[in-house]
Amino acid sequence: MSKTILEMRNIDKSFFNVKVLDGVHFDLQAGEVHALIGENGAGKSTLMKIMMGIYHKDSGDILIDGQEVHFQNPRDALQAGIAMIPQELNPILDMEVAEYIFIGREITKNSAGGLSIVDHKAQVIETSRLFESAGIDINPRALMRTLSVSQSQLVEIMKAISLSSKVIIMDEPTSAITYREVETLFEQIRILKSRGIGVVFISHKLDEIFRIADRITVLRDGSWIGTDDSANLDKDRIIKMMVGREIKEVYPKQEVRPGEVLMQVRGLSWKDKFKDISFDLKRGEILGIGGLVGAGRSELVETIFGINKPDSGEVIINGLRQNITHPRHAIRSKVALITEDRGSQGLNLKTTVQENVSIVQLNRLAKNGIINNRSEAAAVEKQITKLSIKTLSRKSMIKSLSGGNQQKVVLAKWLLTEPDIIILDEPTRGIDVGAKRDIYLLIGELAQAGKAILIISSEIPELIGLADRIIVLAGGKLTGEISRDRFSQEEIMIYASKFEVEHE
Amino acid sequence: MNNKANKRKMHLNSLRELGILLAFIVVLLTLMVLSPRAFARPANLINIMKQASINGILAMGMMYVIISGGIDLSVGSIVALSGVIAASFAHPGEYPLIVPVVLSVVAGICAGFLNGVGVAYGDIPPFIVTLGSMIIIRGLALIYSKGQPIFGVTKLFENIAGGFFLKSIPHLVVYFSVITVIAAFILTKTVFGRRVYAVGGNEVSAKVSGINVPRIKIAVYTISGFMAGIAGLLLASRIVSGNPTAGESYELDAIAAVIIGGVSMSGGSGKWYGTVIGALFIAVIGNGLDILNVSSHFQLLIKGAIIITAVLLDTKGKRNQ
Repeated sequence: MSKTILEMRNIDKSFFNVKVLDGVHFDLQAGEVHALIGENGAGKSTLMKIMMGIYHKDSGDILIDGQEVHFQNPRDALQAGIAMIPQELNPILDMEVAEYIFIGREITKNSAGGLSIVDHKAQVIETSRLFESAGIDINPRALMRTLSVSQSQLVEIMKAISLSSKVIIMDEPTSAITYREVETLFEQIRILKSRGIGVVFISHKLDEIFRIADRITVLRDGSWIGTDDSANLDKDRIIKMMVGREIKEVYPKQEVRPGEVLMQVRGLSWKDKFKDISFDLKRGEILGIGGLVGAGRSELVETIFGINKPDSGEVIINGLRQNITHPRHAIRSKVALITEDRGSQGLNLKTTVQENVSIVQLNRLAKNGIINNRSEAAAVEKQITKLSIKTLSRKSMIKSLSGGNQQKVVLAKWLLTEPDIIILDEPTRGIDVGAKRDIYLLIGELAQAGKAILIISSEIPELIGLADRIIVLAGGKLTGEISRDRFSQEEIMIYASKFEVEHE
Repeated sequence: MNNKANKRKMHLNSLRELGILLAFIVVLLTLMVLSPRAFARPANLINIMKQASINGILAMGMMYVIISGGIDLSVGSIVALSGVIAASFAHPGEYPLIVPVVLSVVAGICAGFLNGVGVAYGDIPPFIVTLGSMIIIRGLALIYSKGQPIFGVTKLFENIAGGFFLKSIPHLVVYFSVITVIAAFILTKTVFGRRVYAVGGNEVSAKVSGINVPRIKIAVYTISGFMAGIAGLLLASRIVSGNPTAGESYELDAIAAVIIGGVSMSGGSGKWYGTVIGALFIAVIGNGLDILNVSSHFQLLIKGAIIITAVLLDTKGKRNQ
């Protein structure tokens, strides 16, 4: 009988009166790998953040080795033997590996508080011993900067071990590493198991989960759906558990008969982000791009738009091969991109609604380079009315608007260019239901007006509700195309988690 | 509800813009009261504008650079280089007046252009690029003049900055005014001006919006170099010689004027009239304290304190937003 090291019972958590965790259970045995899975927003990371003391539970119990604990901050959790390896590693790049392992608890030659002298040699020796015991071949004196993502990950794991952690949480540890590196990671996880350490493994990749996990817990919409031995489960059942709900009629889908092909993408590749992508986009068609975070979807549309320069392949619009190496070329070819991140890519937050809406079209609102104030004001006012943007005036600072209205400003700015091809990357992320519906309606209208629409969304119901056709990317490759009559969440998830085994 | 909050926010915004103007007026009135005879005389007020003009012209160029999210440390050195070039072509009986005028300004434009290329394509922080070019250009000015001031310029050359418009307004004041009007017009009314704000506000979003970001950057540094070229010419004319050590720390005064005027060092915001007030503010303090017999050593303390206070007000205001 293995022993339970960690137990979370009936965990509830709300943010601003919205329940994000509702009576969730989770437990971990010594020497076990327990996978935690669910869609984006299912509550996985909130649960782990509560375990780490980053958030505080509203109610429920957390027990470690049978003792109830109340973590106030991550340091409490670390001291209790819980370590987390985040998805985005954030090491101190200019430190040596050994220094990094012992950061905050340096081995010193004397004890003079903050003025103690660091025994660098002892740290290096200690690190070497640690690495040797795990069969890891990393120089303790190398700079963190010089390590690959997977090496940094191993360093984090070693650091956790050296803190004598009993529980190690890994948040999507395989999202940024190669196939071979996954093998090394799994090897380390097996060593952790043999030492009696419990591992919480968060991932979207079902194949990997079945290879490494002993048990699986599924969350959906903040609720605990089930926990079982992975031997008793299969992919189809898990996907059903994850997706579960019915798609509500929140998607006002208008029937449009797609016209002629407007854009052809042929064999497009860029770095290791995506490879050999080909698809067609027709007038009046809404083409969805499905896939998991990191599948290369944003990079693909950014490349079509000229933000990245493709390594190979071509984009053909209206039968003409385009040479798009800067967004201004794409704009000239009547392409618009509503980027994923409003704050960092879509808007200039330091200025007004008006200046954000008009910036792309300024040349058309100016004569000899001098802006015609009246045309600008008229154009902006028209967009504000058309998209029902809630703002005090066109001269209000963009920051004073709600997220949904800021997103409408991004749409307004691009619709002002009268594009033929509209690419939307996660257009409804983080905005309220009302604004979402406005945006869905708008997308439908645009398709009816003969625009070709390419939409990325991580919310599968949204894609199913909006699109005429969905292509799915996984690991930078196009793994499937689904027509509207075959749409189902399961189908999309199967393609999205299809990671081809890639041997270098 | 939301509207009300918005309204209050907008109100605060304009108050913050007014803040520095109010401070300026308070200082001005105080000096007028303390020294009604000397300070408040019309002749002295014109004199203040004259004293503000060379720094003001530099600040106009600096304003473009800072709004675009950069900084230009090289303008003081460009002033010196442009000055020695101007003086060397201004000896009596050698070249027509147009030659020193054009050459000195062209030197400034070239220097600014190269700064811009370094910043836009070199992927080096503007601080480093212009720190390097500040030293190089100072070296060029010293080499060109063999380390000696260049004297012996024509009366016509001296008249460029030393003359008076309508027998009362110094030429310098006229140049400053004309340049301010043009710079303000370009910044606020043209597509280019709007793009400078866009690049400084969010470079990635500017690129996504189709703006040729490197081109904008090159343009703003070229403008700054152009202004420094003019300032160098005017300074040489005013001191009736080209001095390779002239213009030292002028870049700091220009930056100070821009900052006091409320332009954010992180780029993307700021108003032209703020910069004008900033330049005048610095001149008023210098002039007023001179008249009140405050030693130039103490003036430094006051100048520094005003810069820090201006930025403090700015960041406090932003945090409250």
